[in-house]
Amino acid sequence: MTDASLNTPAHSGKQLSQADAHTKKRNAAEKRFRAYGLSAILIGLFFLVVLFTSIIRSGLPAFTRTVVDVEFTLTQEQFDAAEKELFKTKAYSNLFIAELQGKLGEKGVEVEFDEKAIERLLGKVGSTIREHYKENPDTLGAPVRFELAASSRVDGYFKGRVTRDTLQDSRFLQLSDLDLVDALEEAGVIKQAFNWTFITGTDSGVDNPGGAGIGASVVGSFFMMLVVLALSLPIGVAASIYLEEFAPQNKFTDLIEVNISNLAAVPSIVFGILGLAVFIQFMHLPQSAPLVGGLVLTLMTLPTIIISTRASLKSVPPSIREAALGVGASKMQTVFHHVLPLAMPGILTGTIIGLAQALGETAPLLLIGMVGFVARGYPEGFAQGFTEANSAMPAQIYTWAARADVSFYEKAWGGIIILLAFLLTMNIIAIILRRRFERRW
Amino acid sequence: MTFAKLTASTLAIAALSATTAAARDNVQVAGSSTVLPYASIVAELFGDNTDFPTPVVESGGSSSGLKRFCEGVGENTIDVANASRAIREKEIKACSENGVTDIIEVRIGYDGIVFASQQTGPAFTAFEPADIYNAIGAKVMKDGALVDNTHETWAEFNADLPGVEIAMFIPGTKHGTREVFEEKVLLAGCEATGAMEAMIEGGMSEDDAEDACFDVRQDGKSVDIDGDYTETLARIDANTNGIGVFGLAFYENNTDKLKVATMSGVTPSTETISTGEYPVSRPLYFYVKKAHIGVIPGLKEYAQFFTADEIAGPEGPLAQYGLVADPDLAATQAAIANETTMGGGM
Repeated sequence: MTDASLNTPAHSGKQLSQADAHTKKRNAAEKRFRAYGLSAILIGLFFLVVLFTSIIRSGLPAFTRTVVDVEFTLTQEQFDAAEKELFKTKAYSNLFIAELQGKLGEKGVEVEFDEKAIERLLGKVGSTIREHYKENPDTLGAPVRFELAASSRVDGYFKGRVTRDTLQDSRFLQLSDLDLVDALEEAGVIKQAFNWTFITGTDSGVDNPGGAGIGASVVGSFFMMLVVLALSLPIGVAASIYLEEFAPQNKFTDLIEVNISNLAAVPSIVFGILGLAVFIQFMHLPQSAPLVGGLVLTLMTLPTIIISTRASLKSVPPSIREAALGVGASKMQTVFHHVLPLAMPGILTGTIIGLAQALGETAPLLLIGMVGFVARGYPEGFAQGFTEANSAMPAQIYTWAARADVSFYEKAWGGIIILLAFLLTMNIIAIILRRRFERRW
Repeated sequence: MTFAKLTASTLAIAALSATTAAARDNVQVAGSSTVLPYASIVAELFGDNTDFPTPVVESGGSSSGLKRFCEGVGENTIDVANASRAIREKEIKACSENGVTDIIEVRIGYDGIVFASQQTGPAFTAFEPADIYNAIGAKVMKDGALVDNTHETWAEFNADLPGVEIAMFIPGTKHGTREVFEEKVLLAGCEATGAMEAMIEGGMSEDDAEDACFDVRQDGKSVDIDGDYTETLARIDANTNGIGVFGLAFYENNTDKLKVATMSGVTPSTETISTGEYPVSRPLYFYVKKAHIGVIPGLKEYAQFFTADEIAGPEGPLAQYGLVADPDLAATQAAIANETTMGGGM
């Protein structure tokens, strides 16, 4: 603004330091706009805070559980007898109940209770006991200390979900049982503990919320993401480099471009149907396998990656390309030595957005058998991780949210926390990689 | 690094998928969301108590389960379809057209359908099928004539019921539960109110009149729920006047939120259902593809385990969860042991 004198006549004799009506109006408009922007951010923040507090408040209880902590001795004969039954886990839990009942007197618990009361207090403890003795047969005959899940209503009583006022007598729990629970708590038999099963375990039947965990589905999601990453990144990057740097501009490439943009807007369930028809019914890949899930999600993620990769390739200044070509680099050398490294941060951002989208997707998994009761447990090896039936985190959360027992609802919220943690880890890795690749000019 | 390594791993995955495309070692189940809880209990126990891997149980409704069941024979099709109703002639035909000819029908027990409302809501304590039909039927009797349903409140047709707005949440058409609801409640109500008679007098054939009885009003007083019972529960939670249709087991798990109404004067419970007193109950089934027995490891064992006295009997975990045990379980067990298919063949 060197020639301010030119503007002077416009102010028609007024001093520059005094704002005229027009300027005031403009300044006010700017202030108003700032206020709008600030309030938009505040509203956004407010909802974020509400979302996080409700997720954390509803989800945190999933990380603790109520356990019965007692010593238990199983003899070789009892073990052999139980193993002969059809319903082995029931036999183990009956033995445990009998032993616990006998021990209550010496623990100083003197509350009257009927014979089924202890069964009502306990969760499905049989399978934990059987698993332990199957793996450690040498502990037979010696006392072993077990921490076994209490039933879902007792758990609710400790967490405040069930109170004496709201509890209705049923075969699941009776009001009189709560006296026994209080006495057991005083004796230190029942207590709250950190719920490792929730983090490491697999899904459980609807009558066994104490044994449900999200671990196996985290592994399922992990393998799916591996497939998505390994397929969509190279394919997506190769496609966009070709389209952006090598392909001639003609009707055919235009058509491809339009279709890629359209594909990015296709609802994800469509890819699920496609996956069912092509991968399972035609190619005969296994159902409910992370491999198929990954392939379906790859189709879904590809357009996102292609679009963002092309955008970041475009944003590399043409001078870089010209300089490289000018010193005698071939077209391919230009792309791989100069353009691609500079576009890398953008490509990584696009990839991570695509992966994050794929991670949270349930709809396509519905059709390929990954939503439902999938409790295969951890895969035996790396290769099996792709092909053995498994669930995925969002599918697991969806399944839990649909169950009758309220404690599964709590687990669904807990699952969301784990899902967010997984996502955050992915994002942090992407940010670190971006920092390493980032260049300025 | 990147490019060569990524391409190599891509190829590795492709090769891997080609080699492992064969051999499925777990039982694959799909179908009714009413049977799903029971099937998931059994699947977990089956994995815990035997050396076979835990079966995979998917949901989606009886019809969609049976449709997938009938897609053909082979490892890429499901082995077992859960259903909250018996398989239809049409479906058996579709099955046999795709080569699924030998089907073993397994009845696992009975399930009651209950009508429940908010624990603290209006006093919906006793219903007759006629009340439900008057509330949500498409055409009802009013002053001796068959008219379009314009009832706004329950008290309009039954002074014993609260004078609050009608809001019913019924299972959507893809659920097997809908069929039982139509036949045991709507049709019974249609007959009891005289609407069916009026329809026949109006020139309809008996079959058409029956179908017309299944029509529900479309003005928003009756809402189809296509999801699970948790969705119905959420709707009831949000609407004090709402009446929902639930499975007995679901209600029993949520007695702190829901209160149940009697139907024709009978309170729903496992006892009244097993004696047949409570009118709205239905058998639950699963169907096994005989061609898969011996091919998919653990399939027959799964069916046997499911119907064992220890599991499906009156003292078993299924009854504990809310299934009404089948008194003829022994016959079912024998049918599985002999692999008796539908139509009597072996």
